[in-house]
Amino acid sequence: MVQSLENGSNTLNDTSGIVYNTQQLNLWYGNHHALKDINLQIKENEVTAIIGPSGCGKSTYIKTLNRMVELVPTVKTSGKILYRERNIFDNDYGVEELRTKVGMVFQKPNPFPKSIYDNIAYGPRIHGIKNKKILDQIVEKSLRGAAIWDEVKDRLNTNAYSLSGGQQQRICIARCLAIEPDVILMDEPTSALDPISTLKVEELIQELKADYSIIIVTHNMQQAARISDKTAFFLSGEVVEFDQTDVIFSTPEDKRTEDYISGRFG
Amino acid sequence: MKYVNHESVVKRMVNRLTINKVFKAVFFFATLFALLALAILFYRIISQGIGYLTPEFFQNFSSRFPAKAGIKAALVGSIWLMFVVAPVSIILGVGTAIYLEEYAKKNKLSDFIRMNISNLAGVPSVVFGLLGLTIFVRALSLGNSVLAAGFTMSLLILPVIIVASQEAIRAVPNDVREASYGMGATKWQTVVKIVLPSAIPGILTGAILALSRAVGETAPLIVIGIPVIIQFLPTGLLSQFTALPMQIYDWAKRPQQDFQFVAAAGILVLMIFLLIMNSIAIFIRNKFSKRY
Repeated sequence: MVQSLENGSNTLNDTSGIVYNTQQLNLWYGNHHALKDINLQIKENEVTAIIGPSGCGKSTYIKTLNRMVELVPTVKTSGKILYRERNIFDNDYGVEELRTKVGMVFQKPNPFPKSIYDNIAYGPRIHGIKNKKILDQIVEKSLRGAAIWDEVKDRLNTNAYSLSGGQQQRICIARCLAIEPDVILMDEPTSALDPISTLKVEELIQELKADYSIIIVTHNMQQAARISDKTAFFLSGEVVEFDQTDVIFSTPEDKRTEDYISGRFG
Repeated sequence: MKYVNHESVVKRMVNRLTINKVFKAVFFFATLFALLALAILFYRIISQGIGYLTPEFFQNFSSRFPAKAGIKAALVGSIWLMFVVAPVSIILGVGTAIYLEEYAKKNKLSDFIRMNISNLAGVPSVVFGLLGLTIFVRALSLGNSVLAAGFTMSLLILPVIIVASQEAIRAVPNDVREASYGMGATKWQTVVKIVLPSAIPGILTGAILALSRAVGETAPLIVIGIPVIIQFLPTGLLSQFTALPMQIYDWAKRPQQDFQFVAAAGILVLMIFLLIMNSIAIFIRNKFSKRY
């Protein structure tokens, strides 16, 4: 259910500035009902965290937002996801177009086995930018945006695999920024990283918030509390609670949310 | 109660280490056997053939006289054959592999097709010869030409190239595909820019090994009626020709002792041909190789 916040201020019913409006979304993997009647409204220039125990559907949900979930052949969906007021499941809405506006950062750093430069330039190139000068500018801007320019500016032509895991993940974020997306989806982006790299990525997310809407799936509740503005708690394919992060972590309405965030299960 | 009795562990230790040594020796001799067989083969071929490996050998056509017999027609014929087989089999084979791995939905039909392609790789070459005789030589009236033989050989090695390419494509990690799709790349862009560059070393290795098989294969050529005594070079794709293994087979079955040496020289040429092809494969593999 869409839940309005108390006091009427900051109400989620205000439709301006909403990037994603999910309405009655259901999703099945074959016979397994993975997402049940999801209703969520995600606002722009905010960090929205999705938390929940393993298998609750949080990764499935975020992958539905750019339709990556459809790479699994047995997936069926019903309901609507309005991205900027347009249903992403519409037949005339190409996934390629959607994914140009909605970038994704994955759980495991997955740079291409190419040079750092070619990794960043990949997105602009597939969308038709050939001019070397423009590409150079995009690469620098994206690497700066991902706070890794100073570390790699002298070796843009080395293979991205020569970097550390944390650097690779920031390269992946830079690669995502290079297509100048509107939304960035992050699927547990720090779960494969050490604490210091995690901290860097978290700081980066805080900076990116000014220009992008960020939706992040995380296993780590402290992380959600640290970096997000709103938090959705998923359980068994349902949204149990969706609210301001400080509300979720201090005075959750639902007993199950309280049990989860206080570490009683999950 | 302890379950591990250290006294008996020590007692059995000698025995275990002996078994370890025995198997190391077994595996070593297995390797040695193959190397020895290869060495004997090389020795025999080189000692017999090297004397005939003269410049004239490459300039002459085959002849009734061992001293005058040359390999020109067969060598040039084999090169012509490769110019048909390589593009046809690689384009069709890699295309099929890309379709099966990247585009085709995983269902019973595609599983059936995959399984049967692997089975085809095991079909004897003479059967492909009969297929080529029926389709290319007779039905399409190509005769015993370079084109008919090339198509037949392509069919023969297609399954091998498809299977090798499928394996190479499958070895490309899925998360880089996802990264590409996630940026709005189409399937084609992902295949060309991400999958193929990573898969090319494996694909080329498979393709060149398959082509080497085509260079050395004799049975299909016999079945489609490739002649051995040819006193001219192929003039086009529909021209008659002969190939290295046919020529070697012809010399080897002649009664005169000297022709055995000519055959050995022919085998040397064939082996050098194969070595060059394999070197090209290794060169390309190292040049394009990508690390994960």
